[in-house]
Amino acid sequence: MTDEKAPVESNDEPMEEVVPEPAVALPGDGVLDPIVTAHPATVAVPTRHGHLLSVDREDLVDVVTAARDGGYRMFIDYCGVDHLRRRPRFEVVLNLLDIDRKQRLEVHVAVRADEPSLPSLTGIFPGANFYEREIFDLFGISFVGHPDLARILLPDDWEGHPLRKDYAVGSVPVQFKEAHKAR
Amino acid sequence: MVSEAAPPGFLTTNLDKAVNWVRTQSMWPVSFGLACCAIEMMATGAAHNDLARFGMEVFRASPRQADLMIVAGRLSQKMAPVLRQVYDQMAEPKWVISMGACASSGGMFNNYALVQGVDQVVPVDVYVPGCPPGPQSLMHGILTLQDQIMAGEIKR
Amino acid sequence: MSDTPSLTTGDRETPSAESPLETPTPVTDSDERRRLHDVWVAGTEEPDWVKDATDEGAQELLSEADETSLATQRGTLVDDDYLVEDDVDEEERQIINMGPQHPSTHGVLRLQLELEGETIRRVKPIIGYLHTGMEKTAETLTYMQGSTNVTRMDYLSPFFNELCFSLAVEDLLGIDIPPRAQAIRILMTELNRVSSHLLWVATQGMDIGALSMMIYGWRERELFLEFFESATGLRMNHNYIRPGGVAADLHDGWEDEVEAILEAMPGALAEYEELLNENPIFLDRTMGVGVITPDEALAYGVTGPALRAAGVDWDLRKAMPYSGIENYEFDVPLGKHGDVHDRYLVRFGEVRQSLGIVRQVLETMPEGDFRTEDRKVTPPPRKRIDESMEALIHHFKLFTEGFKVPPGSVYQAVESPRGELGMYLVSDGSASPWRLHVRGPSFANVQALPVMMTDSLVADIVSTLASVDPVLGDVDR
Repeated sequence: MTDEKAPVESNDEPMEEVVPEPAVALPGDGVLDPIVTAHPATVAVPTRHGHLLSVDREDLVDVVTAARDGGYRMFIDYCGVDHLRRRPRFEVVLNLLDIDRKQRLEVHVAVRADEPSLPSLTGIFPGANFYEREIFDLFGISFVGHPDLARILLPDDWEGHPLRKDYAVGSVPVQFKEAHKAR
Repeated sequence: MVSEAAPPGFLTTNLDKAVNWVRTQSMWPVSFGLACCAIEMMATGAAHNDLARFGMEVFRASPRQADLMIVAGRLSQKMAPVLRQVYDQMAEPKWVISMGACASSGGMFNNYALVQGVDQVVPVDVYVPGCPPGPQSLMHGILTLQDQIMAGEIKR
Repeated sequence: MSDTPSLTTGDRETPSAESPLETPTPVTDSDERRRLHDVWVAGTEEPDWVKDATDEGAQELLSEADETSLATQRGTLVDDDYLVEDDVDEEERQIINMGPQHPSTHGVLRLQLELEGETIRRVKPIIGYLHTGMEKTAETLTYMQGSTNVTRMDYLSPFFNELCFSLAVEDLLGIDIPPRAQAIRILMTELNRVSSHLLWVATQGMDIGALSMMIYGWRERELFLEFFESATGLRMNHNYIRPGGVAADLHDGWEDEVEAILEAMPGALAEYEELLNENPIFLDRTMGVGVITPDEALAYGVTGPALRAAGVDWDLRKAMPYSGIENYEFDVPLGKHGDVHDRYLVRFGEVRQSLGIVRQVLETMPEGDFRTEDRKVTPPPRKRIDESMEALIHHFKLFTEGFKVPPGSVYQAVESPRGELGMYLVSDGSASPWRLHVRGPSFANVQALPVMMTDSLVADIVSTLASVDPVLGDVDR
């Protein structure tokens, strides 16, 4: 993670216009309001069972720490999405749960293709360990500060990150033994 | 067959048949379950379907004591070397049944992660179709294998 | 493995940047395929690449000096009864390997353990031996075909996978499901919960030496599989619950079959309990073993019976009800100690509650359609296809091209027998998902194994592992 912020994505122009989420001033939630106020880049949108926060990469650790201390104590899910034609290309989605108030919290972070790294959340939630390794394995997004960042699902010497959209499915053509002789 | 020259109560046969008969009637599978098919394999071994009728209820945890490998389920690229190692640890003579669509051909998962058929890694004697094959299908595969062994030579 | 002969002819190369989504070129015909058993025959000298083939490098347990994640492997938050003074010489520690081929790992889980005598000091689960690439395959299948794929993930609770996927798709589509379809879904999933727990009690019993328990568990499970087979056509991997409803209405006489199950189960459960409840070996091997505290469970994302056994009252069926489960009465059994024995009690409580729900569904099954009227996702009835050309075209288009789903993303979760099964679905407006991520409950539960296992004894590994009830198809996907 570097300190400098490149203002423009270096790769090329966006191929698809990203419509920004409509900014809701405050989610009206005792825990999330201070988080949104403290981090101007954060946008909150209500979902069916809670809220969705779009967070800047630099704010991720702060926001997640504040959310955990505010009651979102349960680590649920962490996964990556490759939008390919969108800029920034990757998105990482974190799911937390407040079991007392029965509220979910989705945290979305955009990750740029030319700098695929994020700060690790293992210090906040030990449960992030395997999930971050999975994202690293399948998307090639590395996590700074992860204690044991190795591949998890694929063999250690695998090349490439299969869930990236520019990685082929790798299907083998179906062969029938006599098919090519008959023709 | 009952020989007329021998006293009553004696049976004679040739060695091939005797050895093959012994092999078919006490074929011990290695307990090697991979995925969904392993559950059906266990169901076949349990009381309702009773694999013991074919002398096969003893699933051996150690490949050294087994002579049949039922590859039950999808084989990933990461697992392929392990499967081969387990196969190599089994003592001769040994047979392989490929159980289910995934083991036989990759099934519906034609992608980067799966070996498209275990016959790329180990030689397969009988393929059992199905996703997963029911206990009856597996038993049919086993009976087919037993027929093959009875018809074959003892030297492998 | 650099000099390994290629085992497959599949195209693993990343396509060039100019044409990112180019399909791989077809490779060879079958004659050119090389097979490992042609290259090397057992009994001859092993080539180096065979020796190294099963080595997983950085994913394995390394010596302590090289290891960066000691705290994880030691599960240092653990505080259970078997804490032993750390007074043994470093050199007396040994690393042993359990799995991936091991009868008690419930599939192809591999555990590396560092032992100090009989005490476990470090544990590292190594997974991925069943990685099937299902999330990638899901992106190539239409929503119509999607439940065929997801049902094979957690193969002990296929209905839950289908339900979760269908609910996510329906949420994006914004369609309503008729009451009968919802009731059928609840009927099937709750029966599935019982059959899954039966398999758990069978394997838990087998793993700690109660071999007859295994035979009993399988015996009753056959009842459920036979019902599933007559309703869906398959014993497992049903592909029955689909976006828009269920694939077919329940068959004639289903009431009697469910009634027979409901009559057989109480006696069977009493039989199990007679076998286990006062069995001193069972109690010794389960009480106080594999403890996880509520805080640890939350931080590691442990869900399901393992979480409830720790005393946390969290069941998605109560907290965030789905598919009309809120219309039925049931309780959430809770444990106190978070050990293996409490998980056993919680699961048996759940079996009884699920049977109660099934009874209620049986008595209140509404009449009506078994799938939505929305023609966008529902194929026309079979009879109409014979009569009308339009219906035939509609049917054909639906099954070849599928239906389009509006762009957006949704996270949907259901309470599977192993915990929170969640699916995060991203749609780009086309007929197949842009991304389908599955939050498998076993994945998080396996991750917490070091917490439950460290500082306990070797004999407790199998008991603890079985109590978590991991399904590797769910862990590795």
